[in-house]
Amino acid sequence: MATNKDRVALPPPGAQKTNLACHFCIVGCGYHVYKWPENQEGGRAPDENALGLDFRKQLPPLAITLTPAMQNTITDKDGKRYNIMIVPDKQCLVNKGLSSTRGGQLARVMYSPEGVGRERLRSPRVYVGDQWVDTSWEDALALYAGVTKKILDNDGPAALAFDCFDHGGAGGGFENTWGTGKLMFSALKTPLVRIHNRPAYNSECHATREMGIGELNNSYADAELADVILAIGCNSYETQTNYFLAHWLPNLQGQTVAQRKQRFPGESIVPAKIIFVDPRRTPTIAIAEQAAGKDNVLHLDIEPGTDIALFNGLLTYVVEQGWQDKDFITAHTNGFDQALQANRMSLEETSRVTGVPQDKLKLAAEWAYKPKASGHRPHAMHAYEKGIIWGNDNYLIQSALVDLVLATHNVGRRGTGVVRMGGHQEGYTRPPYPGDSKIYVDQEIINGKGMMYTAWGANPFQTTLNAEQHRAVILRRANIVREAMASVRGGSTAQRVEAIYDALKNKGGLFLTNINLYPTKLAEAAHLMLPAAHPGEMDLTSMNGERRLRLSEKFTDPPGSAKPDCLIAAAIANTLHQLYSAEGKQDMAARFAGFDWKSEEDAFNDGFRMAGQAGAGPIDSQGGPTGNLVTYSRLRAMGNNGVQLPVKEYRDGKLLGTEMLYSDYKFDTSDGKAQFKPATWPGLPKPVAEQKEKYRFWINNGRINEVWQTLYHDQYNEFVRRRVPMAYLEINPEDAQALAIVSGDVVEVYNDRGSSYALAYLEADIKRNQTFMQFGHFNGVMGDLTTPWTDRNVIPYYKGTWADLRRIGTVEEFKRSISFKTRRFKA
Amino acid sequence: MAAISRRVFLKAGGGVAASVAIGVPALTQAATSSAEGRVNLPYPMNAITKAEKLQVNTPVPFSYPDAASPCVLIKMGTPVPGGVGPERDIVAYSTLCTHMGCPVTYDPGPRLFKCPCHFSIFDPEHVGQMVSGQATENLPGIVLEYNPDDDSVSAVAVEGLIYGRQSNLL
Repeated sequence: MATNKDRVALPPPGAQKTNLACHFCIVGCGYHVYKWPENQEGGRAPDENALGLDFRKQLPPLAITLTPAMQNTITDKDGKRYNIMIVPDKQCLVNKGLSSTRGGQLARVMYSPEGVGRERLRSPRVYVGDQWVDTSWEDALALYAGVTKKILDNDGPAALAFDCFDHGGAGGGFENTWGTGKLMFSALKTPLVRIHNRPAYNSECHATREMGIGELNNSYADAELADVILAIGCNSYETQTNYFLAHWLPNLQGQTVAQRKQRFPGESIVPAKIIFVDPRRTPTIAIAEQAAGKDNVLHLDIEPGTDIALFNGLLTYVVEQGWQDKDFITAHTNGFDQALQANRMSLEETSRVTGVPQDKLKLAAEWAYKPKASGHRPHAMHAYEKGIIWGNDNYLIQSALVDLVLATHNVGRRGTGVVRMGGHQEGYTRPPYPGDSKIYVDQEIINGKGMMYTAWGANPFQTTLNAEQHRAVILRRANIVREAMASVRGGSTAQRVEAIYDALKNKGGLFLTNINLYPTKLAEAAHLMLPAAHPGEMDLTSMNGERRLRLSEKFTDPPGSAKPDCLIAAAIANTLHQLYSAEGKQDMAARFAGFDWKSEEDAFNDGFRMAGQAGAGPIDSQGGPTGNLVTYSRLRAMGNNGVQLPVKEYRDGKLLGTEMLYSDYKFDTSDGKAQFKPATWPGLPKPVAEQKEKYRFWINNGRINEVWQTLYHDQYNEFVRRRVPMAYLEINPEDAQALAIVSGDVVEVYNDRGSSYALAYLEADIKRNQTFMQFGHFNGVMGDLTTPWTDRNVIPYYKGTWADLRRIGTVEEFKRSISFKTRRFKA
Repeated sequence: MAAISRRVFLKAGGGVAASVAIGVPALTQAATSSAEGRVNLPYPMNAITKAEKLQVNTPVPFSYPDAASPCVLIKMGTPVPGGVGPERDIVAYSTLCTHMGCPVTYDPGPRLFKCPCHFSIFDPEHVGQMVSGQATENLPGIVLEYNPDDDSVSAVAVEGLIYGRQSNLL
C-alpha cells in the first residue's frame, strides 16, 4: 500500500464532533474531534465536508492546520472502524485556532494496532518466571490486593509506597486524582507517597501560597495587557507554546495597543517589553527579539542559581528609587520592613553575584517598576517556571520574587500577575494527605524502607534526582521478589502472596506495580502492570494555567481492557473491600467503601462536586466549595472555553468563573493581607557547590518543544524519534572543539552521582562551560547526575548539576538523519 | 530499470495533468482510466531546469504539481539525502509551511527554511526535517528525477501533504 501520506480523508457533514483539551502542556489548547465511519468520506466543496472549507482550490495561509498527523483510524470495542480528525478550535480563547507540534499530533497518538500506540498496555500483565505475560483483571487485582492487605495487616500503611501523578491532562484530571487520592489517603491511609516529578508529597509553590498568593492568579488575556513581561526561568515558546504565540506575541508585536488603551484609559501605552531571566539564551529569547525588536528585549543572563540575589538586588534598588507602592504595602500586606532588611543587597553586590552588569539591572528595574510617563505604575506580569521551581532554592526564590512583586503591586491588577507557567494541566481533588511531615520517599526506598511500590502514571526511572542510585536499588530489591515469585509454580494466589511477602519482609524485597499507558522503563523492575486510559478514551476534566476547566469528551474506547485510572483505583478498593468483608473485618471494609463508580462522571461527582459540601469529609480541591455548581452537562455546554475556577455562579445556562484572583485585595491568609517573607541570599547549597567545584560543565536541563515529558508516546512516534532519538546536549562550539566533539557525537556526561550518554548539539548561543541537556529522555537519563540535595520542602534542584564530558563516538544513523543546525530563529 | 518504469508511469500521469489545466476534475478522470489500479497519486512530470545552470546555495523558484503550489529547488553543493543530479546534491521542497501554510523563506547562511508566522525551521539538507517549531510534518519534499542524457531536472512527485490541500493534486 502507499506509504506516502499525501492525502487525508475529510470528515463528511454530520460527522460526530466532540471537544478535547490537549492533554500535553498546561496551556490545554482546545481541539475538535471529528469521528466518522471509515468507509465514508467528505467531499472537497465546502458544503460537502464538516470543516466547511473549500478544498477544490489551494487554501490561503492560516486557514487551518490539517496534516496527516491529525488523522487516524481507530476501532471501537464493537469492532467498527472509524476515521478521526483532531483539529484546533478557532473559537477557543486559549489557542485561537493554533495547534502546537505536540497537540497537532493528538490523533496520531490515539491507539491503533500499527500506530504510535502499538505498544500500549491492553491487558494487565504479570511477571511470571522470567517473562511478562498477559493476565485477567481478576488475577491481577487479587494479587495486588492480596499483597496490599498482607502488608496493611502486618506492617501498616506506611510500608505502601506510591509514586503518583497529581495533576490534570493525560495523566490525571479531577476524576483520576480523586480516585487515586481517595484510595491512597482515606482508604489505605499511607503517607509514603511521592509525586510524579519530585521525591515527596509536596507543593512546588510553598512560599507563594504561604504569602497568600496562589500560583495561578491571572488570565492568559493579561499577557496581552502587560506593559512588560518578566519571563523568569521559562522557555515559553517551547514549553507553553500557544500561550506564548496567541497571547504574548501579539502584545510584543504591538497588536494589542488599542485593547490596552481601552482597558487602561489615561495611561501611557507603548508596545510591550520583555525581560528574560535565564542563564541560557533560549529559543524563546531569539524569537522575542524577532517579534518585539531587540530594543524591547532584555536578557538578564544570571549565573546559575543566583535568582534570589537578583530579586533582592532589584527590590533594594526599587525601594531606593521610591518606586514601591506604599499605600498598597500599608493597607494590604504584612512584613515588608523585615523582608526588606533580610533581602537588602546593593546593586554592586547583586551584579557581582549574578554576573549581570549594573546598567542592565537598572534598565530592568526602570522597565518593570518605574512609573510611566503618565505617572501610572507599569503593569508588569511575572511569569516563572522550572528555572525557579527546580532552582536554588525553590522556597527562597519564590519568597524573593513575590516580595518584589508585592512591593510593586504587580498582583491583582489586570495586566499583572505573579504566575507559574506550569508543565501539564492541573486537576487536584483529594482527601487531605495523611501525614504531618514531608517524607523524602526516594531516600526511604534507597534505605530499604517500604515493601510495595506503585508507580502510577509516573516514571521515576527517567525523572527523579539521584536517579542512578534510586534505580539501582529498586532493581535490586525488585529482583529479590522476582526470584521469590518464580519459585511458586502452580500455587494459588494466597501462596503467591505468601512467597512475595516473605521476600518483602525477610529479604529486603520491593513489590512493584506499574499503572500506565505503556510498559515504560519501569517494566525492567516491575512485577505487575495495569493498563490505563487517556483523554479521548474516557471523559476527563482538567484546568489549564489560567484555571480554565474543560471537559475532554470520550470518543472511543481504551484499547483492550484498559481502564481510566479512577476506575482502576475503584477496582482495587472494591477488591480490598471484598477481602475484608469476607473476613468479617467491618471497620477495615468500611475504609474501602464508597468506590461503587460505574463511570468517570461518578468519580467527578464524588470528589470535585462534593468539596465543601455538607456531609462530605474534608476534600482539598482546586474547584473549592463552588465546584458543586459544575456538572458534566453544564461543562459540556461551555465547550472548549469552559469556565475559569473558582466558579462564581450558574446563571442563564452558563457557568460564570473568575478571570483574576486578588483584585479584591483579599489574599489567602488568615487576615487577608499578603505576607512578605525574608529571603536572604544563601549561596549555593553545599553538595551542589562541591559538585560545581569538582566538575567543569554546568548541566542545565529541561524540556524541548518537540517532545512531551518522558516520550511515553513519542518514543514510538517516528516524527519525534527521528529528530530526538537520544537526549541531546547543547554545547558551546569552542568547548566542543577542545574535547574533539562535533555535532552528532555521543558523549558521556558523568560525575560522582552517575553517568549518562547524550547527543552533542553544538550551539553558539550556549556559553563556555555551560551545556543544556534534555530532561526525562528514555535514552540518556539526565537525573542520574543530580545530587540528592533538596530544599526545606524536599523540592529538588535539578538545575544545579555539574559534570564532565567525554567523547564516546558516533552513531552513524543519527549523524546522517538528524539536523544539528541552530534551533534559534535568527533573521 | 526503475527510472524507465517511472517514466512510463508518468506518461499516463501527464494526461491527467493536462485535464486539470482545462478544468476537468482530476480524480473523476483518473477513476475512469487506468488509475483505478494505482495506490499512488498520478503526479505530473515537470521539467524544471538543467543541472548545469544551477548555482550552489541559490534557490530556484518553481511551482509543482500546479501553479498554486510554490516550491524551490536548491543545489546544496555536497551530497545530501534525497539529492539528485551528478553531485546528488539537488533537492526541492514545497515552500508552504506544513503548520499553517505561511510561505517559508530560504536563509542561505545556515541553509534553512524559516517560517515568519510561528517560527518553524526546516532543513533542506536533512529531507526537510523540522529543526524547531510547531509543525507536525517535515517540509514536503518534491521528488526529483535527473536525466543525464539532457541534464534535465524534473519534478515527478511530492512526499508528504502540501499545506491547505485534501490531496496534493487539486
